[in-house]
Amino acid sequence: MATRTTGNLTGPTGGTGDAAAVLTAHGVRRAFDGRPVLAGVDLSIAAGEVVALLGGSGSGKSTLLRVLAGLDAEATGRTGLRGTAAVVFQEHRLLPWKRVGDNVALGLTGPDVRARVDRALAEVGLADRRRAWPAELSGGQAQRVAVARALVRGPDLLLLDEPFGALDALTRLRMQSLLRRLRAEHGFAALLVTHDVEEALLLADRILLLDGGVIAEEIPVDLDPARSPDQPAFGALRRRLLDRLGVPAA
Amino acid sequence: MLATAPPTAVAATPDAGRRRRAGRRWRRLVSPVVLVAGWEAAARAGLLPPEKLPAPSQVLSTGVRLAGDGTLGVHLLDSLTRAGVGLLVGGVLALLLGVAAGLLRLGDDLVDPPVQMARMLPHLGLVPLLIIWVGIGESLKVTLVALGVFFPIYFNTYAGIRDIDERLVEAARTCGLGPAARLRHVVLPGALPSLFLGLRLAIGAAWLSLVVGEQVNAQTGIGFLMMEAREFSQTDVVVLGLVIYALLGLLSDVALRVWERRTLTWRRGLRAT
Ligand SMILES: Nc1ncnc2c1ncn2[C@@H]1O[C@H](COP(=O)(O)OP(=O)(O)O)[C@@H](O)[C@H]1O
Ligand SMILES: [Mg+2]
Repeated sequence: MATRTTGNLTGPTGGTGDAAAVLTAHGVRRAFDGRPVLAGVDLSIAAGEVVALLGGSGSGKSTLLRVLAGLDAEATGRTGLRGTAAVVFQEHRLLPWKRVGDNVALGLTGPDVRARVDRALAEVGLADRRRAWPAELSGGQAQRVAVARALVRGPDLLLLDEPFGALDALTRLRMQSLLRRLRAEHGFAALLVTHDVEEALLLADRILLLDGGVIAEEIPVDLDPARSPDQPAFGALRRRLLDRLGVPAA
Repeated sequence: MLATAPPTAVAATPDAGRRRRAGRRWRRLVSPVVLVAGWEAAARAGLLPPEKLPAPSQVLSTGVRLAGDGTLGVHLLDSLTRAGVGLLVGGVLALLLGVAAGLLRLGDDLVDPPVQMARMLPHLGLVPLLIIWVGIGESLKVTLVALGVFFPIYFNTYAGIRDIDERLVEAARTCGLGPAARLRHVVLPGALPSLFLGLRLAIGAAWLSLVVGEQVNAQTGIGFLMMEAREFSQTDVVVLGLVIYALLGLLSDVALRVWERRTLTWRRGLRAT
């Protein structure tokens, strides 16, 4: 069972003693039927930092994200969250029997829920779909509602599990710039699970490589905020990551 | 450009479709009407002996007469009460056990095996045993209905809960919903389509059980009316009873469909995609 500390992590439980960390994990392990998938993962995410988690298919990215989200009762190790976290999954996971607005409002309380929901929907460009059923939305729209459902909680940390992986290329580009804009406005930290090297380079301040059940490599992304794949530095980092992931040069 | 196209051209297509569907509905009425008319004609021509099968008009007038003097109302009310009480008792029991078995591992282990064993018994075949247990009075009819109702509701409740997408439950958890809130916002609405299916099957089973139960020493009810009429060779009353049973089944099914469509509005969107 992963011990989870919520709240102040600056005390002795903080481990690395990173005062600004919004999320820390130490020695996270998880095995399925005796086969280890996570073999002692350590990581820390600073407030407002966007970290991409890269790894091959089946490397345990989703497993790690579920542990960090507190959804896996059978993992061992320690995770600490300071503040609140919200999750966006690869599938939108909207409740089909609730209208878009009620999906976003799920679990919210207070007198101003309606206004908060409207604001969150407006931020993802779906202000006019509040009364629509999820089944009436396109894949990209549904995923934007899922983003709004996470945003409306005002999270300090956004956990994203390949949130745009199921979308077509054009929609994916739009969603990436939407995420960049939202992050600039709200300043949340994010852990972005992806298998798309370019997406990681576009959005992240730092890239973690999950391999063999541990964080095998940590790569800072020292690119200017308005980065684009055309820049030489971008290309060089891209090549380095692809090499590391075992993708041969064309 | 699309915007400059005359709006009537767009509107014409669904209109034509509706008209074609309406036309088809009328056509489907033709053969039942012909059959009833043929039956009437054969009875009037003396081809059908009235003690074997009276004319539809005769059945209708008998119905009007019995409704007028209040006989029909009394017996109908008794039959409806039996069906309603049986449905309530069997339905609530099935719902509780189905939820317990669907949600809790302990409930599943304790409740499901005996229910699975019992489902193999044809419940209408239990009549002799039930007579020994509860006698031939009112409780026999209600028990029989409750038994018939129990299984479809239990199995569909259980399946509805089991088939809920675990990922939706997980998403609700990340939105801060506790177990009670997850039950209310995810599990129950998710199981509702299956519950409606169970209820529809249950109501069918309830009428069937009622028909059988009311043939055992009933003093009131539509079944009693039919058994009594048979003794006096009032075939028109026997046929009337059958028609009433059929109408009850039809009306309850239509009502349930309407209720279902109102409740599960969200599925309309699903069908459109
Ligand atoms: N619930 C589970 N039961 C058994 N094995 C699982 C389960 N979830 C994940 N795994 C296994 O763990 C490994 C990592 O899965 P996952 O974290 O989904 O990988 P990724 O997200 O990196 O593609 C895979 O080999 C997968 O088969
Ligand atoms: Mg995954």
